[in-house]
Amino acid sequence: MSLAAAVATPLPASAAVEFDAVRLTYRTATGVLPAIEEVSLAAAPGSFVSILGPSGCGKSTLLKIAAGLLPPSAGRVQLAGEVVRGPRRDVGIVFQQPTLLPWQTVLDNVLVPARSQGLDMRAARSRAMDLIALVGLAGFEKAYPHELSGGMQQRAGLARAFVHEPAVLLMDEPFAALDALNRERMALELLEFWSRSRRTVLFVTHGIQEAVFLSDRVVVLSNRPARVVEDIAIPLPRPRTLDTMLMPDFTLLCDRLRRNLFAASGAAGRA
Amino acid sequence: MRRLTDALYPLTTLAVLLLAWEASVRLFDVPNYILPSLSQVGEALWRGYVEGEYWRHLGFTLTAMLWGYAIGSGVALVLGALVAEIRLVERFVFAFVVGLQSVPKVALAPLVIVWFGFGIESKVVLVALICFFPTFINVIAGFRSVDPAVVDMMHAFGASRRRILWEVKLPGAASSIIAGLQVGVVLGLIGAVVGEFIASTRGLGHLIQNAATNLDLGTVFGAIASLAAIGIIGTQLLRALQRRVVFWERGGRGGAASVVTEG
Repeated sequence: MSLAAAVATPLPASAAVEFDAVRLTYRTATGVLPAIEEVSLAAAPGSFVSILGPSGCGKSTLLKIAAGLLPPSAGRVQLAGEVVRGPRRDVGIVFQQPTLLPWQTVLDNVLVPARSQGLDMRAARSRAMDLIALVGLAGFEKAYPHELSGGMQQRAGLARAFVHEPAVLLMDEPFAALDALNRERMALELLEFWSRSRRTVLFVTHGIQEAVFLSDRVVVLSNRPARVVEDIAIPLPRPRTLDTMLMPDFTLLCDRLRRNLFAASGAAGRA
Repeated sequence: MRRLTDALYPLTTLAVLLLAWEASVRLFDVPNYILPSLSQVGEALWRGYVEGEYWRHLGFTLTAMLWGYAIGSGVALVLGALVAEIRLVERFVFAFVVGLQSVPKVALAPLVIVWFGFGIESKVVLVALICFFPTFINVIAGFRSVDPAVVDMMHAFGASRRRILWEVKLPGAASSIIAGLQVGVVLGLIGAVVGEFIASTRGLGHLIQNAATNLDLGTVFGAIASLAAIGIIGTQLLRALQRRVVFWERGGRGGAASVVTEG
């Protein structure tokens, strides 16, 4: 499958994403419940940054804030130098669940952002067809989601996130619902695609190897309420292949992250 | 072919019941002012529909039913959507509507007759009143059952509220709405008949009451069979609509998928 052909169209510039002392507190009947204690992090334009944290630590919530779906209680998120105040056109999102519309074909689903933003539909259609082929769904353009496997649905969700050519991609554990084999395959495909398009990616995951394999930087979050425990660069050479996982540095980085993650979640567990 | 054999089972039950009816009437010599024989019912139906006496009653009930159903369901759709979508409307209207729901609507029938007269208008209003509620409640339930993650997704990609309503909420609620409409058919029919019982010079309800006063039970059963036919046909039409509109739910219920044997 030629990835180059699908991204032949000129790409917009990537944008920086910055979290500036973001806090989130929920008000409940019994008082206030801190979900995000304080998170500051920055992703340079065109970089791939993973947010790694234990389940339920609030990392998906961080992405929601970046997507403009949830206002932070304090602090702010900046995207391309502008404060995020609501959903933005230059952002693409891949969700944990495929969240496809069951009553629309794969093609129509992939075109959701284009329709919603009133883009030129002719151009969007041809881009959507390319993207659908790119994620391995060629021939399924007219299929409905219930006719696809879970992995195929997630691929359609991936294509949808790219159709409006966003400068920033937010990915919320996009491969969590896939089996191990598909997961690695999708990671490889994502990397290859990313290396050609060089969009800024914020990738939320609880998979240590996945984070190290994909990222330029990994930000480790603590248990809820989330705060940054560690923010490390991943200096592994690109392009990364399956062989990357065999490198001693890869193993060392994974081990370091694992220990930090254990410490972060263990400390909260004892408290 | 399979649908034909599927229909065979209930039809067998029906045949057995009818046979038992006919046999017991003959065997025990039941007088026809208590229970008419099948042949008497058939005769009444034949006379009614061939000589034409029933048609105007059937037409009256059907007209009242269709108008009332269209109005009641239409208002339910719009009001339900407003309540589900706009918090302020919900606050003003919802408690009120729920309270009204627990009132048995047939209790309002005499009032409706006083206000709207003996003609078809009062029947239309009664049908509309009664079939409003199941659809109204199901519209709200349907809108609320839409996965919030999908709504978030649409928001995130920049969809307007209107687009989300048309592309997500309405299709998402379709199954529930049609289920409400289905209940509405049967309930609406009750409204029409009750209205005709109370005050009317036409309609199948009127026919039943008149015939019962004269102990003409053949006609009573004939009219009941006609009402049953309206109910069954209406319900089946909505089932067909459900299958056609909510096509994506078929697979999950095991309707669409079946093993194909080659050879």
